[in-house]
Amino acid sequence: MPKIPPQYTYRRSADQESTRVVHHPVIVVGAGPSGLSAAIDLAGCGIPAVLLDDNNTVSTGSRAICFAKRTLEIWDRLGCAAPMLEKGIVWQLGKVFFRDAQVYQFNLLPEGGHKMPAFINLQQYYVEEFLVDRVHELPAIDLRWKNRVTNVVQRGDVVALEIETPDGSYTLTCDWLIAADGANSPIRESLGVRAHGQEFHDQFLICDITMQAGFPTERWFWFDPPFHPGHSVLLHRQPDNVWRVDFQIGADADPADALRIENITPRINAMLGERKWNLEWASAYTFRCRKLDRFVHGRVVFVGDAAHQVSPFGARGANGAVQGVENLIWKLVRVLRGEASPALLATYDDERQYGARENLLNSTRATDFISPKSAISGVFRDSVLLLAKRYPFARALVNSGRLSVPCGYDDSPLNTPDVDDFSALARPGSACPDAAMIGHGRAGWLLEALGGGFVLLVVGIEVPDALRHVADLTVLELGSDLVDVNADLARRYDLADGGAYLIRPDQHVAARWRRLHEADVLRAMRRALGFDLEDVS
Amino acid sequence: MNGLNVEANFDDADGFYVALIDAHRGLSDAASAALNARLILLLANHIGTMTVLYDALDKARAPIDEENSP
Repeated sequence: MPKIPPQYTYRRSADQESTRVVHHPVIVVGAGPSGLSAAIDLAGCGIPAVLLDDNNTVSTGSRAICFAKRTLEIWDRLGCAAPMLEKGIVWQLGKVFFRDAQVYQFNLLPEGGHKMPAFINLQQYYVEEFLVDRVHELPAIDLRWKNRVTNVVQRGDVVALEIETPDGSYTLTCDWLIAADGANSPIRESLGVRAHGQEFHDQFLICDITMQAGFPTERWFWFDPPFHPGHSVLLHRQPDNVWRVDFQIGADADPADALRIENITPRINAMLGERKWNLEWASAYTFRCRKLDRFVHGRVVFVGDAAHQVSPFGARGANGAVQGVENLIWKLVRVLRGEASPALLATYDDERQYGARENLLNSTRATDFISPKSAISGVFRDSVLLLAKRYPFARALVNSGRLSVPCGYDDSPLNTPDVDDFSALARPGSACPDAAMIGHGRAGWLLEALGGGFVLLVVGIEVPDALRHVADLTVLELGSDLVDVNADLARRYDLADGGAYLIRPDQHVAARWRRLHEADVLRAMRRALGFDLEDVS
Repeated sequence: MNGLNVEANFDDADGFYVALIDAHRGLSDAASAALNARLILLLANHIGTMTVLYDALDKARAPIDEENSP
């Protein structure tokens, strides 16, 4: 049975009764993975958020189905990963086929000592439902369904929104507007902001089917299989015995025709043989790889698909979006509280433009491998696949999507460059690797202990008293606050007695030292809050 | 130097040339193109170093541009 989507209730807001225009510090538009995560993160930092959505339910169809470790770590900090892990499917084995034979298989082989798996598969509608459940636990979020934004105007430091509801329209103003209103972002249109990039004409047909059994929990990718010659096919499992089948159907296919059940049935039967299946959802799509030149426009900040879009190969859409939201929110919160330089907001653009370029590059490269654009690129593609069957070196060239890994902000102006010799893994700008810990007598994880403020992680030293009284900075002492049970932390962070790490609120490394000096820590924290940027500009 | 070696480096230059031409004997144009692709991929992996590979791509492309220019 297909899952019945939840229907949320439109409620008339007091703001609609008000005779004057009501002002809010932050309004988020769009209750998809990005907007919901943004509102939850804000609420967790004590900033009230109004969240507007033009619909009253979750995503139609499974859409994004692969959620990466870093995304799960972020959602865990936001208090909503547990139901996702419980419902989601963990997979680690991938197989690649060319024509009628398997070329090779790969294993994501998760390293031990991390709370989160490398990936889970979970339909986007479940993800959104769990995020909405979390929103309902947070009184600081005012989630308004069936509130469609029809116009946005910026006047100085104030953003005004016209909003249409079943009870007519009303106006709100805010200091900051987070535009999470999707790939076709009406706010983007309203402000006349354009996305730049590449449009791909190759079309794909997604069929979500239910099967009782028959295939293992693996990612199977075919190039030019006998049951769908000349094109690629992806098969990937989701919860509830739902399987994603993604057929490449070429630039010339008629999408309406491809979606007819009498045309879907023979395609799937050719692939699955005698197995019984039911169609849950089908969708034909093309994709774009594009982004805005700037994500911050005055007091309007674009996140998620409204800011950047990638091809689906590599699961970089929703995963990149959630990492971008996390990058934004800690900065916005500290600017709102007056604890950071207003220039800090501009580094959301620096760091996430870098992240978006990385995601675009990877997804465009995968697209070029999957859909060769010239005869000779087809010859090389097929040669790579044939060689990969026999020789390990060619497997490195096979590209059916480079799966999302956390973006390291190596060149960020917020980093304090290393002055001491350290191994590369936890270098400044990178996302903190997790490690198993015992804290206060309980088994747990490093990332849980880091929470969502600045952290000074130290081992084997007396911490100067002054550092214990810095606002927004928590000192964690290895050995007393936390016990590094398997020495994973010491290894992953290359951390020995006397050393220290300064960690940003988004759990990226800001600075690290072999010897701790109070002044270095304070200077690095000011830098991570954007105060050095003021001198430059 | 980490660029491409363009000085003579073959053990047996004539022997290699004959072996290369022989490898294509009796192949259709498509099969020849595929053989060349496999050969390039095998050799490129053996070299491995990006600076050398970029240098080789530049040098391989340069005379083609000359041929095509009026």
